[in-house]
Amino acid sequence: MKEKLPKDIRVDHRLICEMIEPDLKVLDLGCGDGELLSLLIKHKGCRGTGIEINEHAIYKCVAKGLTVSHADINSGLSDYSDGRFDYVILNESLQEVLNIKATILEALRVGKKVVVGVPNFCHFSARLQLFFNGRVPVTEGLPYQWYDTPNLRFFSIKDFRFFCKENNISIEKFTAVGRGIEIKFLRNLFAHIGIFLLTKH
Amino acid sequence: MSEEGSGTVETQYFTSFKSPDKLVLKSGEKIGDITQAYETYGTLNEDKSNAILVFHALTGDAHAAGFHEGDKNPGWWNPMIGPGKAFDTNKYFVICANCLGSCKGTTGPSSINSETGKPYGLSFPVITIEDTVVAQKKLIEHLGIEKLFCMAGGSMGGLSVLKWTTLYPGSTSCAIVIATNHRHTAQQIALHEVARQAIMSDPSWMEGDYYGKSIPARGLALARMIGHITYMSDKSMEEKFGRKLIGKEKVGYDFSQDFEVENYLKYRSDTFVQRFDANSFLYLTKALDYFDLAEEGALVDTVKKATASFLVISFTSDWLYPSYQAKEFIKAMRAADLDVSDIEINTSYGHDAFLVEVEGQSKLIKHFMERIEKER
Repeated sequence: MKEKLPKDIRVDHRLICEMIEPDLKVLDLGCGDGELLSLLIKHKGCRGTGIEINEHAIYKCVAKGLTVSHADINSGLSDYSDGRFDYVILNESLQEVLNIKATILEALRVGKKVVVGVPNFCHFSARLQLFFNGRVPVTEGLPYQWYDTPNLRFFSIKDFRFFCKENNISIEKFTAVGRGIEIKFLRNLFAHIGIFLLTKH
Repeated sequence: MSEEGSGTVETQYFTSFKSPDKLVLKSGEKIGDITQAYETYGTLNEDKSNAILVFHALTGDAHAAGFHEGDKNPGWWNPMIGPGKAFDTNKYFVICANCLGSCKGTTGPSSINSETGKPYGLSFPVITIEDTVVAQKKLIEHLGIEKLFCMAGGSMGGLSVLKWTTLYPGSTSCAIVIATNHRHTAQQIALHEVARQAIMSDPSWMEGDYYGKSIPARGLALARMIGHITYMSDKSMEEKFGRKLIGKEKVGYDFSQDFEVENYLKYRSDTFVQRFDANSFLYLTKALDYFDLAEEGALVDTVKKATASFLVISFTSDWLYPSYQAKEFIKAMRAADLDVSDIEINTSYGHDAFLVEVEGQSKLIKHFMERIEKER
């Protein structure tokens, strides 16, 4: 039974929920404590599995009644055959992956479509900090100091578009979030997070 | 029943496979009668849908929870089974039976062969995990249970869960597999072989015909010492004993006991010898070594017979059944599209963790079963 999406959920979660078709099979890579996955199951009628590396997050996922695997993103994906999922979701986890290209291509193998949510390193506040302070930016979207960040890769919404083009990946849908609202214009400047729906060419 | 736990419990017995309907073992040999010792905790509900079967490890028994009359120590999984615990006996009916070949009430090499009136000894046929599963299925039917709600087990008990769920698909809603793998590796077989050789090289062993005479205590104690080392991690041993000396200021420069760890192994193995039969140790370690879920071909083809939802738990410091070995059957389960959740719990307790890491396991098991309860 599907319930209406609650009002107080995170904007990126709402946009992802709106982006995908209901009642399908999803794999949430780097599902954290399972908040998004449990929304997709409860409110979109999806069936799904999460993959998460953090042990404490696994307890929270199981407490939410989720099926979850304690693994890192890359080894977790290799367990699945081609096209096993309708959607593979990589929300806020891609920047922590070393080989982004391999991970996305692997996600596109396992899933018919891939949803990617990435932080935008070229938000205007980051550009200002870099230009005027001459320091590596710390922003709402990327709140970590350079010496203490889980992020391994730093890129912008524009960079990611170029990456998709170069690798023959189609962007079916795109939306962006900044300061808790959906951003519709000048997104590489004003958005903290870009959300892409990808398919293979 | 006390507030704290399962209170005083008693072992019960069930005899089946009476001649001529003997149990045909995997080896082709037949055996009967078979008596199985078992205990139950909680109450079976009216539609018999709240039963959980737990399997013990190598040297365990049917006494999983509560206290036997006059005993100081409770059953082996008491922190996990009882009112309000992971396996909540206010809700569930928990069953634990002693496995075939053991010496804790179920028919094994130390039992009297009804045809000869003497203990079986080595005339007892070699048994497998599958044979135990077949025997326990009979017990479950005897209790009037068509479908279990859940089954759970660690170490050897985990192998029984894997076997049961693939041999009798649909006979349980969910299954919890802890600290195990789908077949023994060369290292595990080698460790068992050293333990078996320790027993068989004890002059008192007498080809297994020692009942009523002196038991092969030294051999069995040695076998247990090896086992104990494999159940702990280097870290847990370091924390527990370090290089502490036992009752002396300086090392003795002789072959008396110097270190606390030596004393611990001696003490634990001496008490073990009083409670366990050497032949049972031989038979059960063989059963473990023979177990291979992939013996009929690809592992994925075997596991895809299962229909249960799985929770698989492993432990970071368990070097006897390391997590990466569990990952192998988890991978096959995923490939077979089974519903499987898995976690590797960070702990320094080694293989023993499945008995002592109560808090994390309890949370996981409770929440996992709550979901299955809702889904069924």
